[in-house]
Amino acid sequence: MKTSRRKFLKVAGLSAFALASGMTALAGEATGQVAPGKYVKRDGMLQAKRWAMVIDTRRFNSEADYAPLIAACNQAHNIPNIQGDRNVKWIWTDTFDHVFPDDMNNHLNTAVRNKPYMLLCNHCTNPPCVRVCPTQATYKMEDGIVAMDYHRCIGCRFCMAGCPYGARSFNFIDPRLHLPKQVPNPAFPTRMIGVVEKCNFCVERLNEGKLPACVEASDGRLLFGDLEDPASTVRKALAANYSIRRKPSLGTQPGVYYLV
Amino acid sequence: MYNAKAVIIGMVIFVAIFSSPFWMGWIGQNYTKTGVTLPTSEKSCIEDTEFMRAQHMRLLDEWRDQALREENRVYVSALNGKKWVISLQNTCLKCHTNYTEFCEKCHVANSVYPYCWTCHIIPTEGKR
Repeated sequence: MKTSRRKFLKVAGLSAFALASGMTALAGEATGQVAPGKYVKRDGMLQAKRWAMVIDTRRFNSEADYAPLIAACNQAHNIPNIQGDRNVKWIWTDTFDHVFPDDMNNHLNTAVRNKPYMLLCNHCTNPPCVRVCPTQATYKMEDGIVAMDYHRCIGCRFCMAGCPYGARSFNFIDPRLHLPKQVPNPAFPTRMIGVVEKCNFCVERLNEGKLPACVEASDGRLLFGDLEDPASTVRKALAANYSIRRKPSLGTQPGVYYLV
Repeated sequence: MYNAKAVIIGMVIFVAIFSSPFWMGWIGQNYTKTGVTLPTSEKSCIEDTEFMRAQHMRLLDEWRDQALREENRVYVSALNGKKWVISLQNTCLKCHTNYTEFCEKCHVANSVYPYCWTCHIIPTEGKR
């Protein structure tokens, strides 16, 4: 039997292709799920293409105005009250020149300059914390929320170094030592010593069809909605008012907007 | 054999002690009898007992990734099509309320010590 070089190469190529595609099909089989059931979205959950928050700072004048929002957050997420440099915070406040260091202007009006401003995780479009996390414990979801899986956090604190907004706290001590024995919200877990934590845009509440705890406590001064939807409350507020974001020059594209 | 009586008795005792894990296993109880108290509020768990017994940790692992990363927070059981909200604390522990008589009994019998409860909250007992 005489086989031409051309015919041999044809058969060899075809065989290699068939073998490779068979292998890929097998590899697909191997990654199947453990549970025999199905996973679906929860009925009535709030969904968006890109969640964002608008803070109307014109309607906040003092620390006391922010206090109920912070209390609502601490209550919803079992955040311990630890004094000093080991504190854990999801929402906190700071001065204008610390919050907006890019916008320093010597002749800013005193009311704007001297007020405190509310801070939280910005849920960036380009989150540096996600890039530096070695275990993918922190990740960006489809709806723009930068979330954390505390099970995977190894406490390396790269994310704390990576975050330009100081939005992350490390649990230097067991948070349960600073919480009452009956935690404020028994439906939500606490964290443990050695993990980093931050604001999660109340993803657990959005899944129940509820707005974030701070938005609910804000009496309409915080707006929460879909940035990709022109009819949403946040887009309407941004279209009608002048807004700024924190450290825009870094290119992280924060999802938290401040009306000033 | 020199001093045969003592040597043979010694050998018998040695063999008996050496093989004790095997024969004590036969006369002892097997793993299905850890004495766990099953909850009474539901007729069945989300999947059948055999699956839950063998795979509950892998299931929880998968639940966590589905809920936290994919935002699929409902599990539809293959057993009866019932929908369960994916949550260890708010779904599993709503039935399995007795930590010491359910989780702990089996975990201790099998010498496994998972640290779920450093973060998740055990009902009624609070922290451990």
